[in-house]
Amino acid sequence: MKFRKLMTSLTAAVLVLGMAGVSAQAADLRVGVEGAYPPFSWKESDGTLKGFDIEIAEAVCAELKRKCVLIEQDWDGMIPALMARKFDTIIASMSITEERKKRVDFSDKYYNTPAKFVTRKGSGLKITKQGLKGKRIGLQRGTTHQCFMEKMFPGVELVLYGTQDEVFQDLAIGRIDAQFSDSIAADDGFLKTDAGKDFEFTGGDQHDEACHGPGAGMAVRKADTQLRDELNKAIKALRAKGVYQKINAKYFEFDIFGG
Amino acid sequence: MGDSIVTFLETWSPLDVVLIAQNFDRFLWGALTTLELTIMSLIIGGILSIPLAIIRAGNNKILNAPVWAFTYLFRGTPLLVQTYLIYYGLGQFEWIRETFLWGPILSQAWYCALIAFSLNTAAYTAELLRGSIVNTSQGEVEAAKACGFSRAMRLRRIVLPSAFRRALPAYSNEVIFMLHGSVVASTITIQDLLGVGRWLNGRYYLAYEGFITAAVLYFIIVLLVARGFRLWEKHWLAHLYPRDAVKVKPKKGLASFRV
Repeated sequence: MKFRKLMTSLTAAVLVLGMAGVSAQAADLRVGVEGAYPPFSWKESDGTLKGFDIEIAEAVCAELKRKCVLIEQDWDGMIPALMARKFDTIIASMSITEERKKRVDFSDKYYNTPAKFVTRKGSGLKITKQGLKGKRIGLQRGTTHQCFMEKMFPGVELVLYGTQDEVFQDLAIGRIDAQFSDSIAADDGFLKTDAGKDFEFTGGDQHDEACHGPGAGMAVRKADTQLRDELNKAIKALRAKGVYQKINAKYFEFDIFGG
Repeated sequence: MGDSIVTFLETWSPLDVVLIAQNFDRFLWGALTTLELTIMSLIIGGILSIPLAIIRAGNNKILNAPVWAFTYLFRGTPLLVQTYLIYYGLGQFEWIRETFLWGPILSQAWYCALIAFSLNTAAYTAELLRGSIVNTSQGEVEAAKACGFSRAMRLRRIVLPSAFRRALPAYSNEVIFMLHGSVVASTITIQDLLGVGRWLNGRYYLAYEGFITAAVLYFIIVLLVARGFRLWEKHWLAHLYPRDAVKVKPKKGLASFRV
């Protein structure tokens, strides 16, 4: 009897919670963001989300005249969560790649920055198959950089992390010999900080078209062509109105939209 | 023939079984890492837990207090937090990075996981054994006293062997919890079974394929563990089970002499 009562109240609780989820209006745009990838997205100590991606997401919502609901999601669960309809689009510095296009659709790129290695200053590490042999290279799991390393440097020991912050942390204390990531993320998130003062970029820009693709886009579910077209229009409008450039200038010294 | 099977599977299977098959060796390596970590920590934790359990079951207040604090601390905090504290926490201190322990042990994710898991399972096993020791039948202890056994001899010959046996069913739970708890290793860059599942998800953006394969392998391991414990219990706890009435078949020839 008691058990049945418990089940009834539990069911009621689930229903109420479920409805709370549904009651968000259809017009809301639910955006998946990461929150652990400065300067593109990070979380302030009071829990608010900040960063280039976050401001772009809010500008896109404003352009589309829809209310933004930002939903935080761990990076490696980003695409599964989009497919599971936890949100409608991903604005989280996700590069447009062939592999991802098999699962989701992308808007046009909204920025494009090169990828680079970071090592300790004067490490003498050569970015060649020979030079990286036996070295431990840290990177974030599920990124285009994982694809790049596995394709271009097979046999090099990759150390996979859940977030970019953890990569920097372990690089700083010497658990890995180098890290490979987006250059802006490495510059602002690490090299310009106190922890990264003894580190530098090594080996120049790295690019593989198949892995890195044309740049970062906003991902939508495959069937959602209408939203994709709206996002494309919004990106163009933000560029044309100068809103993009304004946000860009807050974070970067040059236009990261790319050629 | 082989090709047509592959095409058939690619077209009709809800899971990308071809991709799983291609990467199955990685999963097996992952399973091996999981088993290594689990078994090693169970051995180390098990050995640690015996003196701790004896202290906890005894009356010595000075010894009891620190052991109580240890088991309380490790049972009162999540394994994930303990692992993070050892992997990321200890690495933060420069003086720790300068000790001889850093290079060979604390800088390695595998050892950090091993330390955390061993201490965790030691705490749980110590409490489990303590209960078992305390519950030793007083009659057995009294009998040993009457025979002139010393304290140490009673412990070694009567209490511990009996306590170990009676703790066996509960300990099988601890083994399975430890196996499941070992997934924590994947959060500190170790490519255990779940780590490989996450790698697959990160590389191909297929959540089900990676995680279902990992889940099935975990399931098989647990099945074997549970089965092993059943056999063990049958052997070591046989004296505690109600005995079947033994049917003695009268031997031929002799039968005629009996009425």
